[in-house]
Amino acid sequence: MNFDFRQMVLTLIFLAPTAAAVIILLTPKDKTMFVRVVAATATFISLALAIFTFLTYDRNVAGYQFQALAPWVPSLGISYHVGVDGIGLVMVLLTGIVGFMGVLISWNIKDRPREFFAFFMLLVAGVFGVFVSLDLFLLVFFYELSIFPMYILIATWGSTRKEYAAMKLTLYLLVGSIIALIGILAVYFSAQFQPGMLPEGMTRTFDLLLLQQANIPIEVQRIWFLPIFLGFGVLAGIWPFHNWSPDGHVAAPTAVSMIHAGVLMKLGAFAAIIAMRILPDAAREQMPLVILLVTVNVVYGAGIAMVQKDFKYVIGFSSVSHMGLVTMGFATMNQVGMNGAVLQMWSHGIMTACFFSVVGLIYDRAHTRQINELSGWARYLPLAAVAFIIGGLVSMGMPGFSGFVAEFQIFMGLWQGPFFGQIWYYPIIAILAIWGVILTAGYVLRIVQQVFFGEWDPHKWHDLRPSNFGDKLALITFSVLMIIIGIVPSLLMNTINLGTASLMKLLGG
Amino acid sequence: MTTNQLVLLLILFSPLIAAVLVVIIGKLGDGAAKWSALLFSLVPLALTIYLWIAYQNAPVENGGFKFVFSVPWLPQINSNFTIGVDGISLSMILLTAILTPLGIIISFRITDRLPLFMALLLGLTTGMFGVFMALDLVIFFIFWEIGLVPMYFLINQWGSANRRYASFKFFIYTMAGSIGLLLSIQFIWSALGTYSMPQIAAQWPTYTGQSVLGIPIETVKNITFWLFVIAFAIKVPVWPFHTWLPDAHTEAPTAGSMILAGVLLKLGAFGFLRLVLPFFPQQAAQFAPILAVLALAGIVFTAFAAFGQNDFKRLVAYSSVNHMGFVVMGVAVAAAAMGNPEYKQYGIIATNGAVLQMFAHGLSAAAMFALVGVVYERAHTRDLNQLGGLWKIMPVYGGILIFSAMANLGLPGLAGFPAEFQVVSGAWPVFTFITLLSMIGLLMTGAYVLKAIQKVLHGPANRELLHHAEMPDINRREIIALAPLLVLMLAIGVWPYWLMDVINKSVTKLIGG
Amino acid sequence: MNQQTLITFVWLIPLLPLLSFFTIMLFTRKHDRLSHTIAIGAIAISFVLAQIVFWNAVTGGTHEAAAPAAVAEHSAEAPAAAEGEHGYPVYVESHIPWLPQGVNTLNMGVLVDPLTAAMLFMVPLACFMIIFYSVGYSNFNKKRDAHDQPGFPPHRGREPMYARFFAFLSLFAGAMLTLVVADNLLLLFIGWEVMGLCSYLLIGFWYARTYPDPNKITPRQAAVKAFMTTRVADVFMLLGIAFLYVSMYQITGQSTLSFQQIFTPAVTHVLGQTLMWGIPVAFIIYMLLFIGTIGKSAQFPLHTWLPDAMEGPTPVSAMIHAAAMVSAGVYMVIRMFPILGGTVQPGELVTFTPMIIIGAFTALFAATIAFTQRDVKKVLAYSTISQLGYMVAALGMGAWVAALFHLITHGFFKALLFMGSGSIIHGVEHGMHAAHEQHETSAHYEQVLEGRDTATAESAAPADHGHGHDEADPQEPDLDPQDMFNMGGLRKKMPVTFWTFLLGGLSLAGFPLFFAGFWSKDEILGHAYSYPQFQIVFWMLVLAAFLTAFYTMRQIALTFFGKPRTTAAEHAHESHWTMLLPLVVLAVFAVIAGWVGIKGDMPFFGLINGPLAGSGTPFEHLVEPVLETTIKPEVLRFNWLPLLIASTAGIVGLILGWWIYGRKPLAAGQPDPLEAKMGGLYVLLKNKYYLDEIYNYVFVQPAKRFAVWMGDVFDRKGIDGVLHGIANGALKVSLAFRSFDTKVVNGGADGLAASIKSAGHWLRDIQTGRVQNYLLLVLVSVVLLIALYITLFS
Repeated sequence: MNFDFRQMVLTLIFLAPTAAAVIILLTPKDKTMFVRVVAATATFISLALAIFTFLTYDRNVAGYQFQALAPWVPSLGISYHVGVDGIGLVMVLLTGIVGFMGVLISWNIKDRPREFFAFFMLLVAGVFGVFVSLDLFLLVFFYELSIFPMYILIATWGSTRKEYAAMKLTLYLLVGSIIALIGILAVYFSAQFQPGMLPEGMTRTFDLLLLQQANIPIEVQRIWFLPIFLGFGVLAGIWPFHNWSPDGHVAAPTAVSMIHAGVLMKLGAFAAIIAMRILPDAAREQMPLVILLVTVNVVYGAGIAMVQKDFKYVIGFSSVSHMGLVTMGFATMNQVGMNGAVLQMWSHGIMTACFFSVVGLIYDRAHTRQINELSGWARYLPLAAVAFIIGGLVSMGMPGFSGFVAEFQIFMGLWQGPFFGQIWYYPIIAILAIWGVILTAGYVLRIVQQVFFGEWDPHKWHDLRPSNFGDKLALITFSVLMIIIGIVPSLLMNTINLGTASLMKLLGG
Repeated sequence: MTTNQLVLLLILFSPLIAAVLVVIIGKLGDGAAKWSALLFSLVPLALTIYLWIAYQNAPVENGGFKFVFSVPWLPQINSNFTIGVDGISLSMILLTAILTPLGIIISFRITDRLPLFMALLLGLTTGMFGVFMALDLVIFFIFWEIGLVPMYFLINQWGSANRRYASFKFFIYTMAGSIGLLLSIQFIWSALGTYSMPQIAAQWPTYTGQSVLGIPIETVKNITFWLFVIAFAIKVPVWPFHTWLPDAHTEAPTAGSMILAGVLLKLGAFGFLRLVLPFFPQQAAQFAPILAVLALAGIVFTAFAAFGQNDFKRLVAYSSVNHMGFVVMGVAVAAAAMGNPEYKQYGIIATNGAVLQMFAHGLSAAAMFALVGVVYERAHTRDLNQLGGLWKIMPVYGGILIFSAMANLGLPGLAGFPAEFQVVSGAWPVFTFITLLSMIGLLMTGAYVLKAIQKVLHGPANRELLHHAEMPDINRREIIALAPLLVLMLAIGVWPYWLMDVINKSVTKLIGG
Repeated sequence: MNQQTLITFVWLIPLLPLLSFFTIMLFTRKHDRLSHTIAIGAIAISFVLAQIVFWNAVTGGTHEAAAPAAVAEHSAEAPAAAEGEHGYPVYVESHIPWLPQGVNTLNMGVLVDPLTAAMLFMVPLACFMIIFYSVGYSNFNKKRDAHDQPGFPPHRGREPMYARFFAFLSLFAGAMLTLVVADNLLLLFIGWEVMGLCSYLLIGFWYARTYPDPNKITPRQAAVKAFMTTRVADVFMLLGIAFLYVSMYQITGQSTLSFQQIFTPAVTHVLGQTLMWGIPVAFIIYMLLFIGTIGKSAQFPLHTWLPDAMEGPTPVSAMIHAAAMVSAGVYMVIRMFPILGGTVQPGELVTFTPMIIIGAFTALFAATIAFTQRDVKKVLAYSTISQLGYMVAALGMGAWVAALFHLITHGFFKALLFMGSGSIIHGVEHGMHAAHEQHETSAHYEQVLEGRDTATAESAAPADHGHGHDEADPQEPDLDPQDMFNMGGLRKKMPVTFWTFLLGGLSLAGFPLFFAGFWSKDEILGHAYSYPQFQIVFWMLVLAAFLTAFYTMRQIALTFFGKPRTTAAEHAHESHWTMLLPLVVLAVFAVIAGWVGIKGDMPFFGLINGPLAGSGTPFEHLVEPVLETTIKPEVLRFNWLPLLIASTAGIVGLILGWWIYGRKPLAAGQPDPLEAKMGGLYVLLKNKYYLDEIYNYVFVQPAKRFAVWMGDVFDRKGIDGVLHGIANGALKVSLAFRSFDTKVVNGGADGLAASIKSAGHWLRDIQTGRVQNYLLLVLVSVVLLIALYITLFS
């Protein structure tokens, strides 16, 4: 296997944080600054590499690129196979950004920074791994790998009801992933290949690209599509399996919530569409059922967000609502909708990361997240206020921001209906789901109104300190990204489009 | 890209750039911020005037628009960034360009976060320009929605007592309205696969393709028609969707009300002319009577409501609804003319009237709100029963107020009259009885305008008020902010030809006379 | 004189006063002398130009108008233009494009036809005189006085808002002249409405004035009343214009309201013959326009604003009631009358019944009120209403020329009378001050003085103004200088005023043979008499004529004859020459203006203008060409009988008036002798049939209540209620979601978790988060599941 940088790059992307984790664990306790720097460097390297891949991805060829393939357990058909298409590419870039910003935001973390950053690095590495792996076994491995640091980070560094939240999160995701895994195994065992398709001496394979071409009996597909999709979908917060996520958000420390809501939930969606890749026939039949669930997500999540009292819960439930839109986009089963879904993954990632960093900033100073106790913070943290407002506009799908382009396409997808023919209730779903947007506007304005613009009383707070450079950089980056993509969406859409195109091809569209 | 296209782009985006610059310059202090803001706001005005001159003999491009400029925006959904102008939009752009500097001048006194205020004002301008220029539905929608944000913050941050309720109501209500718009333009896309307005105008009316939910396509068209109408009706606002307006106006800062009444309301009416009529001629013709009735209700009821107010600003706010009622009436006639060639000429007359009314009301309403602001700044009350006898104390103010009030009332010789005359004469043969009843509204217009003048200027002055309020006469800055409006009111009232000549051609093309 | 110059002149006639308005308002309002020089200069030039145009018109004859050609350029087809080209008599015509309408354009411009020419003789002259008179009336000869404040009538010094007054008068004159020279109905309407504004501004000129008596209407209320009442009519007129406008388009395919193009046989025929709701369109349009006149010319039932308009300064009253506004109303219907030409067979008499009824009734009705009024100006106000009734009735009966003739003569003598009364009031007011100067110590003066002092304080410190007790005008002495019962014996004090007023009065009363009013009135009566169907009208008008003569004499007697009934009258003295000069000039016209209306075939008198006149009157010959294209009125032979009846009525009225009020003059404080004789009827008349009260109760109050309900109840409770309901609904649903989420979804999951927990202790190890256990668990479960799968699928 010749060492070509284009093949190495993806591996490096997730190796960098892994390496960092090891280094950090080896460094003595007191070297906090060193730890930070290492973490920052590692995530920055990943980010740089992510950008590199994004820029050098050959858009004329499309398909999976930067592939690296190495046999691992040939007898079981398990191999180390990484690569990204248009969708993965965008997700990797997102992870790079959010990861790096996460480090910046938690720069001043007091409590056992060494362990914190170590696990944080593992988390990031795991997420990268999922987005790049093209071997299902590898994917599941990374998937689990990214779940368990979550557990520890929340249980240790979290706040309100952290054990409960961590436990809940782990159970949900664990159960979900196991069910999904079973499904994958089912596929693994039942996949039939034309002769010569598989490498020598291999009868079965976990390789995604091969499984995509395999012929999988329809009844297997029928049985196992939903288990796999929903099993992973739990992580995407599909109703009624969404409940771990708001609690998790609230309990998790800022940086973790950023990764969690910003990236981890996308992991769910990303993994879930694996099911669509390998079980296209069942997908055509059963996605129209999934859409019914996620419609609930959209409205229900927004509604609950509107009546929450805890700042962070509001954002938690808004994530439920927005992730619902993501899945809905995929469930439209046409390219416009899926484009929208992927862009929504991106824009929600940035937006919610931005939200959580702002919440973190305020929480660190106010030590409360009760909305009606906070007020007038725009006076003290103007930048945070601006960033939050922009994020809010994105989340209410205000035109001119990335959220609009995404949601607009998702709704277009609903009108257009699946490529194999319109389904009668899709337009109705559009009409129902759109009200989520109004509710969103409602709760965003409510928070902006109360938290940022009420009366400002500096004597009420004892722990006031200005936001540091890292926070500023993070907030500015997020804001700029949300606006840029809103104004020039084609920056991402051209790439995403390639990914969804191939996906549509797999589905037979 | 030709020079004119470049100019058009500059008009559209220079305010946005200016907004950013003003915030930066604002670091140097409010003085720098306000003057630079004023300076920047003159750029689009100058360019618009240039464009106005260039317009006359510029070549007409697709769909009867000029200076059309187009670049792909989101190829995946076949949406292009296409802008261009016709006579109707150009006149509206001119109005916007005129009002912005005046709004800025009138807000010079603001002390609280002035740079931000100016920036929002300028940003708002870009939003409004965008709506008037857009020739692609997605772009139209983007600008249509984005305008809400600055206005929301203008009201919410610099407004008066009840500003939270007002701004929230304004935002959510308008947004809820445009939801339907969003869905229906997407539905049209799913049918035609394009967002280009000229194309849709060409294809949609005759479209008979696949329907949705097994509902006959005609019904679907009717539904989409109504979704469009409601979205714009809320913005105009058409009775009974108007209740957000008095609150928003009353709470908004002076400049905010000026722009809100002067231009923002026009966006709705503009939507009717630019989208509803060309896309849904049959439906428009079919439902024209309903529109006319709503217009009538708006004219009559809100005129009464205005007469019933005791808050100066609220009274003026209601007068806006009342005047926009005539715009809607004109649109209704145009709608009727869409179906019946008999009515073509009346449609043209009435629509000319409607557009001129949009312009005239933009001027007079802005002036009225500015004047309310002037007196509020001094007396710190808008209660008509608190004011009184101010003519003696503020003679110049009194003169200007009476002038603007008369323009508002539609006094012949001032801008409002040719507009109302055309609307009425256009409406008479089409909706005879409705026009007859609408005269009650015209009568009450007189009633509330005179009520305002009498309560503010006439009678003995309120001694209690004068004891604790300094009441200097209107100052030079305020006069400068008002003078252009007054001059234009007179210029249009005495010789509307210069303006109507541009409007008329496009209207004639729109109605197809 | 060549056409181009004339055109320029005609444009200038209205333009100059308008310009003077803007000049004064914008630049010279601080300088009194400069301001009134500008105003008077402007109107004077307009007057001269008007005279030039008039004489050119009379001598020069009509020209072919360039207008229709110009219109034809804009119009797709030009048949109407062709029609317009011949027949209609035009002296001067010029226009500009004003309002583009689709493919063609609505033009605006000026037009001088015989009718305009006739008006151009009267209007500028009267306006000129009125504005000139205002110099004296506003005490230009005196210094500003600290006691006089803006918004209150001056008592000792010059009008504080002197310049503004002249600006408004100029605007008023400009508007009136615009209306006169307008070549189309729309421009006419513009002038019409601007005049409405001026009357509003001028009636309410003393905007701060208030009276101790709360029931006495204040100037500002009167102003609003005038504006609103006329606006009621104006909106209908606007409809009429709109209707005519679209009809013109239907007929000629052009957007035009030009008189030349309306008054063509083709157009009027169609208008007369097409029916709407079974009525000829011409009738509907004309009726709508006529409603405009009912408001503007204060015909029953919209006359109530006019007497209250007396709250304005007297020159304004003259302007409103003589030269301008009310004349405008009648002028408009006269102007538009030919539109009815198509409703009858050619040669038949064109009549319009609604006008006859309203006109005749108003003429009589107003006269009955007039002779119970005490206020010298109110009497004149009602007499104006009554005289306008004459004109309207005349026009309704088809006596087009007579109506126009009476309009012009009335313009002269009524302007004279008003300014005369102004001079009287002025004199009495001066008398009052003089009186006060004399009885330095009288308690009454003390009190007034105190009133003054508070006033001084207030004018010194405006911030102190308008508190409780000075709700009443602090400078308003307790005696009403306009009440005729406070006058008497002014004949000696104010000789010039007396003689001119007398001439005007006799002219109004229709004193036979010499006075203008007589000839014009006689022509109307003559016309009415000579048609059997108008007999009732004839007698109504005769009765009105009798009453007119009666109250005129009552007024003259009460004012000028007998002994002064108050100290004020005692000390009254003649007014400033600037006020007297206009009186004299107008007095001349109040007499001679009628002579051009003497029928040539009248024995002896006809000789005056027999050679010019032939059978008709010179005036007829001047104006009648206007009707040529549409209506062919028959020239009536002279008839002694109506003339005799009219004269008798007049003279009897005068004598009776003298008998009651002149023979033995009333003493101070003595009530009106008629009061005792007529009892209840007198009260009814004195209170103007209680119409104001009725209107207030039936229209004004309900409107106000409805307005408040609309704004505060319907919108805020009704519509907003629904919106808030929706919002709350959304909130409720969200709350339901939340409780479902926490109870059902979450609860279920927690229950599950708990059960698992209790199921095995190993789970607690997981909680400790030891990685290997965790991975072990995963592995185990995987293996289990593979096993399960194999059992399932093979």
